[in-house]
Amino acid sequence: MSNKPCLRVENLHVSYDVGSTGFLGKRRKLHAVNDVSLEIGAGETLGLVGESGSGKSTAGLAILRLIDVASGTVRLGETDVAGATRSELRALRRRMQMVFQDPYSSLNPSMTIAQLLEEPLIIHADIPKDERKAMIGRMLESVGLHAGYAARYPHEFSGGQRQRIAIARAMMLHPELVVLDEPVSALDVSTQSQIMNLLKKIQGDSGTAFLLVAHDLSVVRLMSPRVAVMYLGEIVETGPSGRVYDQPAHPYTAALISAVPFPDPERQRRVNRIILGGDLPSPMSPPSGCRFRTRCPFVMDICSKEAPPKVAVEGGGLASCHLHAHGPKLGGRSLNDFIRDKQIVSAA
Amino acid sequence: MSATTINAPAVALPPTSTFIQRFCRNRTAMVAAIILLAIVLIAVFAPYIAPHDPARSSLRAILKPPSAMYWFGSDDLGRDVASRLIFASRLSLVASLQAVAIALVIGMPLGLIAGYVGGWVDTIISRCNDALMSFPALILAVVIVGLMGPSLTNAMTAIGLVYAPRIMRVVRGSTLSVREEVYVRAARATGCSDTRIILRHVLPNVTGPLVVQATVLMGQALLAEAGLSFLGLGTQPPEASWGAMLGTAFPYMAESPVPTIAAGVVISVTVLCFNLIGDGIRDSVGRMRRSGD
Repeated sequence: MSNKPCLRVENLHVSYDVGSTGFLGKRRKLHAVNDVSLEIGAGETLGLVGESGSGKSTAGLAILRLIDVASGTVRLGETDVAGATRSELRALRRRMQMVFQDPYSSLNPSMTIAQLLEEPLIIHADIPKDERKAMIGRMLESVGLHAGYAARYPHEFSGGQRQRIAIARAMMLHPELVVLDEPVSALDVSTQSQIMNLLKKIQGDSGTAFLLVAHDLSVVRLMSPRVAVMYLGEIVETGPSGRVYDQPAHPYTAALISAVPFPDPERQRRVNRIILGGDLPSPMSPPSGCRFRTRCPFVMDICSKEAPPKVAVEGGGLASCHLHAHGPKLGGRSLNDFIRDKQIVSAA
Repeated sequence: MSATTINAPAVALPPTSTFIQRFCRNRTAMVAAIILLAIVLIAVFAPYIAPHDPARSSLRAILKPPSAMYWFGSDDLGRDVASRLIFASRLSLVASLQAVAIALVIGMPLGLIAGYVGGWVDTIISRCNDALMSFPALILAVVIVGLMGPSLTNAMTAIGLVYAPRIMRVVRGSTLSVREEVYVRAARATGCSDTRIILRHVLPNVTGPLVVQATVLMGQALLAEAGLSFLGLGTQPPEASWGAMLGTAFPYMAESPVPTIAAGVVISVTVLCFNLIGDGIRDSVGRMRRSGD
């Protein structure tokens, strides 16, 4: 973590109203994000991973107040985001931006590239027109596009080029924080690495902090020195990428990582894979105690009774799992040796 | 021509073809557009085309059959029907345009607001809309004209009011779907105000269905104008619109059928053109959106 935090999120809760049960019935709430806390230093990247439905995208949207926050604090630098009024929020948008997953739907088809890139400048800054034009040209070139493309429409570009345009739009005002919501998952593999390199280059030049929301573990490992793993709306493990990937301290993280295939079939056969059964439980009625217990291969009696506390992990970070204080009492060590002893090995 | 040319497949348009390219491929719509353009040109250059003064009556030429002098015969006051039809095109087209413009001015903002804001605002606007739409259009227009007094302007204002809910419904529907687009959320993330999102991000993307609806309504407004004028609630004498001409010629149909038929054919052809162009536009818009996929 670097010196001063750019973004600090504490005890963030987000819930959706999911209609009432029948006429005049009680309104039911879906807790999409539950007690999430995280911190990103200036110019740093934090990866937020988890499977579909884990609430990682919702957390990203809530941090930018694109959806309502139920409770908790979100601070961008010294400014309160969660409690900002509508007008304060609009001014704040200059400092925090977003890049969406699908570049085919995130660019307005009826606006030219110049209009798309000009919009943030018109809204937030009082800059003369010819200067805006020059800024657009420079920005297009810095994302690897020809400045002459400004007069074209989004449908004239490929997916990778569109994502470059979306990144340019987000970076126009040099924000402090950009939430990248699955920025490469809609792209071809060959384009993915180009976009990731571009993002890294831009971060190096501008010092913008990234919150990278992704389900692809290799993307996160490449992009971010720190990761947070989400399961069913909660962060179950955080830490430096190297430690989390090589020495996971939460069974869910271990399962996620063992699911990443190796390109070498020989090695693939030797891997201890943890195969999770079943689906993500409904966030409408999450399991009692530890939310992961219904799918955890190491479930114990205590897991259904108490929510696990956060435990400091050797090598940095936190993990929320009873295995550290009960049962094998790992006390913050990685799960690797424990899994090997338990012989939870795939049949292959 | 050799057999190979005949059997050669039609050249497919590239997926990035523009709206104009696709519309020009639609033969029916193109023919309709050319006919309508001709009618518009006739209206614009009416004084140079009409063989006679449309208002000058001649007691010697009452209800004459078609001749070289009077192409479609003459009416009960001895006026040249052809000249009157040519001049009437001005009034009829401008009147339809006025009605559609009023419908757009009222219906479009309401539709955008109802669709974008949603909630109880949408409920109130939509329920009022449904109530208005449940009346038969022409009868409601007759009531409104009855309250405001018969004149062409009043008649077309009434038609505009009656058609506003149809525009509103189309705009609201499209707005509801555009509102959920990622680029609208992206605009909010950029910091756009609601007004800016509605005007810059929603409105340009609902124009496709809107243009189709407006074109079809042009035809219907023309028909409604004809109906109201036929009933004596629209165009007042000595002015001539196609509907008013149909109304004045109709009682003399037994003696002189040509003026009635001529007015009827002109109205039918123009309305048909508007509808066919509407269909053509509907088939040609919308595909360019995601054609880069």
